[in-house]
Amino acid sequence: MDGDTPAPAPATVDLRAEFESSGVRDLLEELDRELIGLYPVKERIRETAALLLVERARKSLGLSHDTPTLHMSFTGNPGTGKTTVALKMAGILKRLGYVRKGHLVSVTRDDLVGQYIGHTAPKTKEVLKKAMGGVLFIDEAYYLYRPDNERDYGQEAIEILLQVMENNRDDLVVILAGYADRMDNFFNSNPGFRSRIAHHIEFPDYTDEELLRIVKYMMADQNYTMTPQAEAAFGEYIRLRRAQPHFANARSIRNAFDRSRLRQANRLFTEAVGALDAAALSTIEEADIRASRVFRGGLDSERIRKETADDL
Amino acid sequence: MRITQGCFSFLPDLTDEQITAQVEYCLSRNWAIGIEYTDDPHPRNTYWEMWGNPMFDLQDAAGVMMELAACRKAFPDSYIRFNAFDSTRGFETVTMSFIVNRPKVEPRLRMVRQEVDGRSQRYSFETIR
Repeated sequence: MDGDTPAPAPATVDLRAEFESSGVRDLLEELDRELIGLYPVKERIRETAALLLVERARKSLGLSHDTPTLHMSFTGNPGTGKTTVALKMAGILKRLGYVRKGHLVSVTRDDLVGQYIGHTAPKTKEVLKKAMGGVLFIDEAYYLYRPDNERDYGQEAIEILLQVMENNRDDLVVILAGYADRMDNFFNSNPGFRSRIAHHIEFPDYTDEELLRIVKYMMADQNYTMTPQAEAAFGEYIRLRRAQPHFANARSIRNAFDRSRLRQANRLFTEAVGALDAAALSTIEEADIRASRVFRGGLDSERIRKETADDL
Repeated sequence: MRITQGCFSFLPDLTDEQITAQVEYCLSRNWAIGIEYTDDPHPRNTYWEMWGNPMFDLQDAAGVMMELAACRKAFPDSYIRFNAFDSTRGFETVTMSFIVNRPKVEPRLRMVRQEVDGRSQRYSFETIR
């Protein structure tokens, strides 16, 4: 590739035109449109995209270029969009010509680590081979390393991963994802990983307004609307839910939306008489949200009162 | 003696670049690639040793080439071939097979005549190293 010099190298390069023609622009706009909040993440993605475009331009001018290392780590609380962004990342890298195929292989510890001696290496290798030409997304990567068990096979998987991350840098991009504090621990006990990962991207928690925009986006996507009162109730729901345990950002909110659909369906079923129009079928009302036990102190209060659970 | 078999047997040995391109072709048709090696190229020796399991669900040739590199490292002086397996219902068979590595000094095949009942002759081949 570097050996055979292309015929006459162009003297100039138009980055703007390159940006338009590569389709990266569409993808970044799509990212802005579909991902609410996450400003630091978008900023980093934009920087990465710019770097790759410039590298490509340098290559076309015959300047020296070294394929940048693009292994990444995504850290953030549950439900902050790590998997979603990884999926988009695969698309961006594909359009920039950094990976050849642009598919995403999403795995966890179980897919990499074997059950008995000699099982781990082939298993890890198989996953790596499937991910070649695309992006390997390792969710909850810190489970690979178990400090309490020195004979754990996770270490073997880590060694193979590191080796391939180093030797096949052109063939695949590895993204490690997990909760911030545990990932820090993981990186501290595996310095090899830290040095091989160039991009550490942190996913911030969503603000209440962002979560409300997310739920409206989800509803619009599935042809649901909220009455203004319901919207106010949902805003309150988000505030209360955040203070309660096991809050998982957008995931909690999606679950809340799913449950309000459930209640809406039940309400329509019990109350409605006669014909229903499309508007009635797609409107979520205040009562559908207020019925949640989040407004009554959450999961624990429910257990104490031993009421029938209306909130699964 | 240069042993040939499978696809491309009339061509000079494929370069790694050409092998990669052929593998890409196989993967684009959803064929699984299996790597096999042997030190005995006798035409009747159809079952070669398997290098790992056949590779299903691959998207890119890099994975296959990585295994080939490992196999070459372990058996530099062996014949190595790729078998492309088509799992489509009704085919379920190897649809393409080609040699990707051969020893520097290849064994020869010698024809052996044997006189049997009456004046009949039997012919067989044996590999000589």
